[in-house]
Amino acid sequence: MASNTNFEKYKSDGSLQGNLLEWFDARFPATSMWRGHLSEYYAPKNFNFWYFFGSLAMLVLVIQIVTGIFLVMHYKPDASLNADGIPIAFASVEYIMRDVPWGWLVRYMHSTGASAFFLVVYLHMFRGMLYGSYRQPRELIWVFGTLLFLCLMAEAFMGYLLPWGQMSFWGAQVIVNLFSAIPLVGEPLSIWIRGDFVVGDATLNRFFSFHVIAVPLVLLGLVAAHILALHEVGSNNPDGVEIKKRTTPEGIPLDGIPFHPYYSVKDIVGVVVFLMVFSIIVFFAPEGGGYFLEYNNFLPADPLKTPAHIAPVWYFTPYYSLLRAMVWPLFGIDAKFWGVVAMGGGVVILAFLPWLDRSPVKSIRYRGPIFKTLLTIFVISFFILGFLGTKAPSYAFFGVIPGAPVAQILSLYYFLFFLTMPWWSKIDKYKPEPDRVTM
Amino acid sequence: MSNESKVDCGRRRLVVATAAVGGAGALVALVPFLSSMLPSERAKAAGAPVEVDVGNLELGQMMTVEWRGKPVWIINRNKPMLETLPELNDQMADPNSEKDMQPEYCKNETRSIKPEYMVVVGICTHLGCSPSAKFKHGPADGMAADWLGGFLCPCHGSHFDFAGRVYKSQPAPTNLEVPPHMYLSDTRILIGEHKKGA
Repeated sequence: MASNTNFEKYKSDGSLQGNLLEWFDARFPATSMWRGHLSEYYAPKNFNFWYFFGSLAMLVLVIQIVTGIFLVMHYKPDASLNADGIPIAFASVEYIMRDVPWGWLVRYMHSTGASAFFLVVYLHMFRGMLYGSYRQPRELIWVFGTLLFLCLMAEAFMGYLLPWGQMSFWGAQVIVNLFSAIPLVGEPLSIWIRGDFVVGDATLNRFFSFHVIAVPLVLLGLVAAHILALHEVGSNNPDGVEIKKRTTPEGIPLDGIPFHPYYSVKDIVGVVVFLMVFSIIVFFAPEGGGYFLEYNNFLPADPLKTPAHIAPVWYFTPYYSLLRAMVWPLFGIDAKFWGVVAMGGGVVILAFLPWLDRSPVKSIRYRGPIFKTLLTIFVISFFILGFLGTKAPSYAFFGVIPGAPVAQILSLYYFLFFLTMPWWSKIDKYKPEPDRVTM
Repeated sequence: MSNESKVDCGRRRLVVATAAVGGAGALVALVPFLSSMLPSERAKAAGAPVEVDVGNLELGQMMTVEWRGKPVWIINRNKPMLETLPELNDQMADPNSEKDMQPEYCKNETRSIKPEYMVVVGICTHLGCSPSAKFKHGPADGMAADWLGGFLCPCHGSHFDFAGRVYKSQPAPTNLEVPPHMYLSDTRILIGEHKKGA
């Protein structure tokens, strides 16, 4: 037993003999962690473009945390009005933009980072669907990932209230009222969430607290769980075959290469390209044409007047469309409750993917026409749902095809795609998987 | 042989009891934290009634006042507006205001104390947006050709008439809420209270 500890492995009395690293390793698993997670963590050698987005999500998380720390130094979560009649929270964001040295950059990095986060996470999730990365034995990685996605949505939603603009206010009003749709406990629950009978100063302060402390802590914990689970079972790859099945006599996968330096260096390429695109947006189009920063949010919150057109930020719009698609009461419960169920269910159903997919092969490379067709339609309908979510409910394509029924049909498809998967994934044709990964 | 047989039942009971008591303590400790998120005493006290003078409100116009942080509309309905109400009865989800969304004294055809003055909370009963006034008939305000005037919620498209009644098959489940209110004189309305000194 004693020989299992680093302490025994390096020095008999733990004193400082040999180098500092050895002294350290006798007290902390520095070298063994470095080896286990980086220099001797063997990843499949055939990773492609789609494998950039996990490391990019980590990069964006770091950007958000660092910029967030500096924004908190100047931001004030206060809904009361200043001498000019402007809410103090709104004015403090303007102050960051105009008077704090380089404040505009830090704030634009944070606001663009929110959109970038969802972009890379959506691509990261799509990679999982392409190559069956959620399949056994990686179910827990996927479940942790779904929880991360939920936390990210909560984090983005609460952060969006902080500038205390019109869209902040009315977006929070709508989403918190969603909870009031739950039978019996809904009304007291939404009052408890707001801390008041309307969205107000109490709401702003608690969202600030959740946004800067509670949710980031949970996010970091889940990221650790996500990566530990990944490193326990090893990465999937574009061929969806297990590299651990063919190893050298020492147990090193034949198709595996050490994460460091091979993928750490490869990921730097991704980071550089990402930062180029990110910088272009931050410097030249931080508002993203009204999609990253909505124009109505440049007006201070007015509890008496809803803007003529309210829509969530682009990354929530597919789920917002699911919410709006439910307009009929069912089982004697209001339609709005079912809208909430559809929106929440749309996220939660992702977690069940590992058990819904019954295909004998993992990767799209060896899957049949049914999967390829249905996945293509799924992606297209996700985009259309997202597009419709940015539009008013009365929107019609080319002025003639009403958007609302289209959104309802596509919402139905969204759920049927998952719910019928056990059936169609089983009867679909497939090609035999190769023995080893292909390049 | 197995570990089971070596279990000291007395100790095991103690472990279970300790875990149960500790767990109960942790649950009870949640109470102050979760309760601290409820509306504070100050927030609860902030719902004072609001007095409004509608003397300057012209026929066919509306005004908005703030009560408990919410917009309250006062609409001075003219004859044509009032005439649309019975006409729309069969298109309404709750034409006779059966659901408890108004004080007893406003459970009538016009959902008001005086037929012309409509006092209503301007918050959609769906998800709490404030509907926009679309008073003009027909497509003038961007509505359908057979639109008789009323309100449209910009968030999810619920339609309401001049009495705040919701049309059938809309996201909003009920009519708009009529707050308790009373007339202090011909033109002064107190919103938030309906009994003097109550």
